[in-house]
Amino acid sequence: MHKYIGKSMHRKEDYRLLTGTGMFVGDISLTNMAEAVFVRSPHAHAKIVDINIEAAKAIEGVYGIFTAKDIEDIKPLTQFESHCFLPPNLVEAISPTINFNYEDILAKKKVTYVGQSVAIVVAKNRYIAEDAADLVEVTYEPLQPLVDPYEARKKGAPLIQEHLENNIQSHFHVTTGNVEQAFAEADYIMNEKIRTPRLGSNPLETRGVVAKFDTRNQELRVWSSSQMPYEIRSTLAHCLSLPDLSIRVTAPDVGGGFGPKGGVHPEEIVIPYLAKKLQRPIKWVEDRMEHLTSARQSRDQIHDVKVSFKQDGTITAIKDFFVIDSGAVNFFALTCAYNSAYHLRGAYKIPNYDSECEVILTNKTPNVPFRGAGRPEVVFVMDRIIDIVARKLKVDPIEIMKKNMIQAEDMPYDQGILVKDGHQLIYDSGDYPDALRKAVDLVDYDAFRKEQEEKKKEGKLVGIGISSYVEGTGAGPYEGAHISIDPSGHVTAYLGCTPQGQGHETVFSQIAADGLGVNPQNITVRVGETTVLPMGQGTYASRSAVNAGSAIYEAALKMREKVLKIAAHLLKTDEDLVIDEGKIYAETSPEKFVTYQDVGRAALPAKLGNLPEGMEASLEVTHYFAPPTVTFAASIHMAQVEVDKETGFVDLQKYSVVHDCGTVINPMIVDGQVQGGIAQGIGSALYEEIVYDQTGQLLTGTYMDYLLPTSMEVPTVAKAHQEFKSTRNRLGIKGVGEGGAIAPPAAIANAIVDALHPLEIKTNDLPISPNKLRTWIKEAEASFQALQTN
Amino acid sequence: MDKVNISLNVNGEKVERDIEPRLLLTDFLREELFLTGTHVGCEHGVCGACTILLNGEAVRGCLMLAVQADGATIETVESLAGEDGQLNPLQQAFTDCHSLQCGFCTPGFLMTLTQFTKENPNPTEEEIREAISGNLCRCTGYANIVKAVKQVTHQTV
Repeated sequence: MHKYIGKSMHRKEDYRLLTGTGMFVGDISLTNMAEAVFVRSPHAHAKIVDINIEAAKAIEGVYGIFTAKDIEDIKPLTQFESHCFLPPNLVEAISPTINFNYEDILAKKKVTYVGQSVAIVVAKNRYIAEDAADLVEVTYEPLQPLVDPYEARKKGAPLIQEHLENNIQSHFHVTTGNVEQAFAEADYIMNEKIRTPRLGSNPLETRGVVAKFDTRNQELRVWSSSQMPYEIRSTLAHCLSLPDLSIRVTAPDVGGGFGPKGGVHPEEIVIPYLAKKLQRPIKWVEDRMEHLTSARQSRDQIHDVKVSFKQDGTITAIKDFFVIDSGAVNFFALTCAYNSAYHLRGAYKIPNYDSECEVILTNKTPNVPFRGAGRPEVVFVMDRIIDIVARKLKVDPIEIMKKNMIQAEDMPYDQGILVKDGHQLIYDSGDYPDALRKAVDLVDYDAFRKEQEEKKKEGKLVGIGISSYVEGTGAGPYEGAHISIDPSGHVTAYLGCTPQGQGHETVFSQIAADGLGVNPQNITVRVGETTVLPMGQGTYASRSAVNAGSAIYEAALKMREKVLKIAAHLLKTDEDLVIDEGKIYAETSPEKFVTYQDVGRAALPAKLGNLPEGMEASLEVTHYFAPPTVTFAASIHMAQVEVDKETGFVDLQKYSVVHDCGTVINPMIVDGQVQGGIAQGIGSALYEEIVYDQTGQLLTGTYMDYLLPTSMEVPTVAKAHQEFKSTRNRLGIKGVGEGGAIAPPAAIANAIVDALHPLEIKTNDLPISPNKLRTWIKEAEASFQALQTN
Repeated sequence: MDKVNISLNVNGEKVERDIEPRLLLTDFLREELFLTGTHVGCEHGVCGACTILLNGEAVRGCLMLAVQADGATIETVESLAGEDGQLNPLQQAFTDCHSLQCGFCTPGFLMTLTQFTKENPNPTEEEIREAISGNLCRCTGYANIVKAVKQVTHQTV
């Protein structure tokens, strides 16, 4: 029985963040620090003919202006090998093509997207740097921009990456069962095109880098608003040809990330490089317009699916061909692409499945994973399919879900293909039909249906929509933890995964507290710094609780053993000992105890301590946890909307969720992750879209154009929980970070269809903005009228 | 550039500086006074992270020049906790209700709500939501911020 795991404890992080005493990158100020501003491409695709920096250089307070020719010793940013590796059995199963592609730190001969870095101005402060940046004259010769991925994939299309044969950067094909046979035997076949647009993650803190070269240690110090400081370290080491451990990267307080702050950007390479070259600290903080143009983007998938089903609602096969528009570079190979393929069928048994994907390069900002990383796109596909099948057969979508769902007794369930890590895709635990029942109860589904009938008679178009997902969480390869106990008895835990608001300092001290038998107040958790542990990965892919949580628990258990041995030596007993709130004693005589302080002192070396014969001094333990494969979290989401037919405006009135993330460490934090994820999902369902025009110009470069949901659009979500423990780590943890963002698009899109029924519309294209919905309504009304008159 | 002398009261202390007329108020607070609790999220007046109180009214620091604040009284997030470091009731409600995750937008919400709760001691949920609709939060989904306001205005949550 755990004492602190499972408890809604207040967060350790809060005090500094509530009093304005946190430390974000922008808050760092170093002696003699300069500031940098980037000159960025206004063209989507153009040759750089000339760069004239003379006028800019003349401004007082400018310390240097740098273009590609000044930094030729920096290697380009290439795809992240740590995330692109595929195990041999997966390679055999899906025959992937992954073409090498890269981005120069500053554009050399040509630019390939609006916002690409072309030059850097380093000056006394940002005001002067911006004055100078305005005077840098770049002469371009425009090239044909490629904006539509279907055009870009055509033979003979201009090349984005000129060393490639075409713009299809990656490709794979995965299949199980026999789709063609299923199609031949089906009662019904349907074809659908389903699209999720390009999105930005938009953390409230933009990106930012501060760097300094420490001449005493010959160490490159970097502070970055990053999810993956270790990836910055290894990428910097590669690009600048330096040893890894001569670079120290800190992610201080990070103001949100959601994925894109995990992809190393060119600024994270060139700012440290220039700090070393100019021998002075340099700071660069991205402004919001830069963020909207130049920070990595995400999603942008179009699926063409062919589906067969029977009269009784059984879905027998899905064949999917999808393209991902990755922008000018694909740094993460098949990360999102194969995530999409292996998650599409979710909670359903669909034995015949065939998925083929092309990742296409276009003249847009490069894409990287963003909360959900390929999952929201396919959950949208799958649950639109469920809804369309239900409407075709004139039954409630719930009946189609039930008909096709994996049952509790089927667990562990094998989906017949591989996970990206090469492990067979086998769900570890869960009861999806029970989750659906709970969701139906939570919203009182039958009552809603009755009420809906009445409201529709009054002209109020209300509807309900459902979505479900099964999410592989806690991806490896590993995460580590080091625990150190000092002679005062205080515990310090060091972890390699760095947070951006998830409350690592709180939850990992809860876990360590239970492992060690101390109060979480006696534990300090240190994260976000590459020197705390030699190796680490980062926070992304709903992985920190699973991997780092398991690492710290295993480390704590190892430490506990040593503590018990020392305590037994001090107490001169061979009885079994218990530890409670830092006191260690035999159960038979609790009045005779030693404390962690006693043990900490006893662990001092040589004669300073008092250790059992032969035991090594000090209390230091490191554990690296490597999961066998991912764990499977699951959820059912239900959205209730009212649609204004005249304006196409959607009012999201209620949102409910049933969720399983295995063992819950801190329920308050889990609920916060779910609510926050859903808010992002609501944004992508109804409001958010990065729009480029035909010339590749960005049309959504401010928050007046890229619409983020506010407090008026996000209801308080009703929640119910399941707790099916993972079988793949000792604590039974599954990941939760991304989940909330995965299902809202499908749930809301289906609710809109339901609200407008019997008018037949298909909400297959996100976001469902008022103008888009109004167009669909008009089209549906016209075809309805045409039917009437015929 | 010719400098301009300004004097104002910031968090109860008189401040006088010679500054460039083009200096933004947020940069003045953060870089001249080292009050880095006021965050800059969008620099075009939409996100509200830079919200401060100017003569008691919540305003966007990023949309003002420091020279415009000459003679004004300014309160920032650093003014909220007690002298002994004790969180004030609004800050306490935020930690009780888990109303912050990354915490970057939090100072802006706190300052918006400092004025709002003073003027609306007993708001409805709708009023609370409207009050914070000019502040963006990308982590929490707002529900727990609404909950904190209910707690601080002594409403049953």
